[in-house]
Amino acid sequence: MLLKNTYNEFVKILAKPRSYLGIGALTLLIGVILFAMKADGSSFISFVTASFEQTLSFNGNILNGNLIAFIILQMLIIHIPLLVALVTGDLISGEAAMGTVRMLASKPISRTSIVLSKFIAGAVYTLILTVWLGFLALIVAKWIFGTGDLIVLNSDGLVILQEQDIMWRYGLAFLVAFLSLLTISTLSICLSAFADNSIGPIVSTMAIIILFTIIGSLDVSVFDSIKPYLFTTHMASWRSFFEDPIPMSKIIESVVILLAHNVILVVVAIVKFNKKDITS
Amino acid sequence: MEKETVIKVEQLAKSFGSFQAVKDVSFTVGRGDVFGFLGPNGAGKSTTIRCLLSLIKPNAGKIELFGKSYANNRSEILSKIGSIIEKPDFYKYLSAQKNLEIFARISGASVSKSQIGEMLEFVGLAGRGGDKIGGFSHGMKQRLGIAQTLLHQPDLIILDEPTTGLDPQGIVEIRNLILRLKNEQNKTILLSSHQLSEIELIANRMVIINKGKSIVEGEVQDLLNAQELVVHLEIDAVAQAKQVISNHFSTAHFVGETANELEVAIEKNQVPLLNKALIENGISVFALEPKRKLEDFFMKIVQS
Repeated sequence: MLLKNTYNEFVKILAKPRSYLGIGALTLLIGVILFAMKADGSSFISFVTASFEQTLSFNGNILNGNLIAFIILQMLIIHIPLLVALVTGDLISGEAAMGTVRMLASKPISRTSIVLSKFIAGAVYTLILTVWLGFLALIVAKWIFGTGDLIVLNSDGLVILQEQDIMWRYGLAFLVAFLSLLTISTLSICLSAFADNSIGPIVSTMAIIILFTIIGSLDVSVFDSIKPYLFTTHMASWRSFFEDPIPMSKIIESVVILLAHNVILVVVAIVKFNKKDITS
Repeated sequence: MEKETVIKVEQLAKSFGSFQAVKDVSFTVGRGDVFGFLGPNGAGKSTTIRCLLSLIKPNAGKIELFGKSYANNRSEILSKIGSIIEKPDFYKYLSAQKNLEIFARISGASVSKSQIGEMLEFVGLAGRGGDKIGGFSHGMKQRLGIAQTLLHQPDLIILDEPTTGLDPQGIVEIRNLILRLKNEQNKTILLSSHQLSEIELIANRMVIINKGKSIVEGEVQDLLNAQELVVHLEIDAVAQAKQVISNHFSTAHFVGETANELEVAIEKNQVPLLNKALIENGISVFALEPKRKLEDFFMKIVQS
C-alpha cells in the first residue's frame, strides 16, 4: 500500500502547476547568473582576485564552468529551500485544505504509510530539483564557459584545484547539498502535518530557516551551545569538499546531524498525523 | 433469522476541548439496512460518522464494524466501507478518471481502468472521465463521489448528506441510485440527511440524535405508525365536514382549519373511509394528502 500511495503522490506532484514553478524558477535564476557572468564575469573575477594580484599572477581560463557552478551553488543554496518548501509544505496540509484528506484517511491505508509516501515523494522531488541544479550549474555552465582549474576563496585563503580533481568533489558536494535540501523538505512536510492550510507550513519553514540562520550568524555566546545542532549550520557543508585537505570528520558530523534531523522530523510527523482528529 | 450486525455503536462520546460534540450515541445497523441517521445541525452526526470511519478518535464508547473494532482491524474494516463525508472533495487539477484511479489504488481491491469507466457510466458521467474536476458542477462531483464510494464494491456505504446542494433532479437520481444499491446489490447503507422526506422514502430503520445523544431508534414505519397521521383536506364545506367526521370517526380530532381547509388527526386505516364518508355526504374533496409524517415526528422528538 505504501508503494501504491507513493505512486499516487508522484501523480499528484506531476499534475500540480506549482511543481513546475520550482523547476522554472531555478532555471530562470541560473539563467540570470549565467547571463550576468557571460556579460560581465571578468570584472566580477577581478574584484575577487584583486587582493592577490600583488603576490600571485592568474593565467588561463579562470572564469570557467567549474567556478560558475561553485558560484551558483553558493548563491542558490539559500534560495532553493523556498522552492522545495513550496511543493513539500503543501503535501499534507494541502490535502486538508482541499478536503481530500478525509477521503484518503478513510481508505484502508495506515496513516503512517500516508506520511511516509509523502516523504518519499518529497525526497524524489528534491532530488530532481538538485539534479536539475547540477545539470544547469555544471553541464550548461561548462558548455558556455568551458572548463579549467577551480580557484576557491576560503577563510584560510585561496585553494586551487586542478581540473581533473574537481568532478568527484562536485558529485559528493551535490549529495550533501541534496541532504541539506531534503532536511528542508522533511521539515516542511512535518510542519504540514500540524496545519490545515497550504501556506502556513511554507511560511513557517522559511521563518525557521531565517531564524536559525540569524542565530547561527550572531556571534553571541548564549547561542554557542545550540549552534552546532541547528541544521542551517550544516547546510553549507558541501563547500568543505572544495577545501584541501578535505575535513572529512567535519563533513561526517554535518551529515549525521542532517540525517538525525530527517529521522526526528519524520517520526514527529508520523506521530502527529496518527494522533490527529481529521475534522477538515 | 436475525440480521448480521454491520455497525454497532455504544455510548459513543467525543469532545473537542471543552466542547462535547457527542455525549451518548448508540445504535445498531443490520446487513441490508438502509439506515437513516437524523439530527438537527450540530447534533453530532458528522462527528459520529467521522468516528465510524476512524477519522476521529472517540473519548469513550465502543464502535464495532462487521463485528470487529478498529484496534487491530483498521485496514480490513475500511476495505469493506465506501463513504462520502459531508461533500466529496477531489484533486481539482486531476481528471475524474485520474481521481478515481488514485482512490482505487488505495481501496484495498483491484480495480481496472475499464471498471472505472463502467462506474463513471453507472453514475451518469460517461464521457466526462478525461475532464478536470475543477470544471465539475456540485452535482457532478456528488455523482463522482458516489462512484468513488462504490469502486471497490464495499459491503457498507456511508453517505453523509449526499443530496446537499443538488437540484430536484439530482436528488431523485441519488435516491434511485441508493435504492438500486439496496435492491440489486443488497448493500448496507448508512444515510445521514437533512432531507427528512428522503429518509422516509428510502430508509427502513433510523436513529434520531440531538445535542450529542441518540433519542430514538427503530424501524421507520414502526416509529411513524406509532404516531397519529394528520390528513390535510381541501374541501368546500368545512363545518359540514367536521360534523360528518365527528359522527363517523370517534378517535379523530381536528388539528387546524381555514375557510376551505381542514387538518384531521386520524388512524391511517381510516383514511379511505374518511374520503368515502365526505363524498357520500355531498362534500366535494379537492385534495386529501397526508402531512409529512417524519418531519412532524422529527420536530416532536427534537423539541422535546
